[in-house]
Amino acid sequence: MAAQAAMESNSAHAEHSGPSYIAVFIYLSVLTGVELLVYAMNFPSDLKIGLLVALALAKAVLVAMYFMHLATEHKGLWVIAATPLVLVAFCYLMLRPDLSKRAWAHVSHTTPRAAQPASAAPQS
Amino acid sequence: MSEALAVDPHAHGAVVDEYEPSLTPGNSGKLGMWAFLAADAMTFGAAIAAYGALRYNNINWPNPAHYLGITTTAVMTFILICSSVTMVEALTGIQNGNQSKFRIFMFGTILGGVAFLTMQAFEWHHLLVERGMSIHRDLFDATFFILTGFHGCHVFGGVVYNTVLWVRGLMGKIPQGKAGLVEIAGLYWHFVDLVWILIFTFVYLI
Repeated sequence: MAAQAAMESNSAHAEHSGPSYIAVFIYLSVLTGVELLVYAMNFPSDLKIGLLVALALAKAVLVAMYFMHLATEHKGLWVIAATPLVLVAFCYLMLRPDLSKRAWAHVSHTTPRAAQPASAAPQS
Repeated sequence: MSEALAVDPHAHGAVVDEYEPSLTPGNSGKLGMWAFLAADAMTFGAAIAAYGALRYNNINWPNPAHYLGITTTAVMTFILICSSVTMVEALTGIQNGNQSKFRIFMFGTILGGVAFLTMQAFEWHHLLVERGMSIHRDLFDATFFILTGFHGCHVFGGVVYNTVLWVRGLMGKIPQGKAGLVEIAGLYWHFVDLVWILIFTFVYLI
């Protein structure tokens, strides 16, 4: 908390002082450790995936905001930084139904991978 | 931000803005780097999105833990985070006119990048030779090698970029007034770190 307060108290236009990069490093290290803990625990799949994605996004935001100085830059740069996220989300949502449903719908859940018939191969 | 104002002779004395304020005043290269990183983020994003779409509900997808070394990769992640810290400290050094700090921390950043690439080379060797993985074998192998290989190429490029800057710094060609050059390189390096954070999570942990 004290480290975060130190970060926020620095002026956005101060060229020779800035956030405590060591504090950001500690946050990133802690979040990485928590990620590994979540990975090692036997959480339900959906909870595990949700936690890991949230932790990864938190780390990404920390790097973008403080190491890449997005927090102190002109807000117009945020538009440039955020545009790929929108397109990636769109790309994933558009691809997923087609790839997952068409490709794997006929594969039996009880059939081992090696014994699957040729007809279960992904449709092009 | 200062704005240059001019009188439009055709507008009966109305004052017109001559220049649009820059998003990155004083450092146009920074805006160029941000634009490049946005494009690169779309490339990586599309690759990761396609990976996720291919893997979703795919019962043939093997458990990554059965093939990939999480401990080694966690160390690689930590090294890359450390190198981001050294990069930003190098930038602080050059912004404050401290050449010595810039050289030391930039060298540390380069070392971090080289260490990451070395560990990734060992990992690839283990997977290709000892585990028999291949980009031709199946989707798991192909997406793994494409994602980590594409990222590794970016790390290699970043190491070269930082090395050039470091050598120029040693030659005294990066004074305090040119700290913007280091800032631009820092943006690229932090982006590489950011992408690895996402790849580590989606490919190795999930």
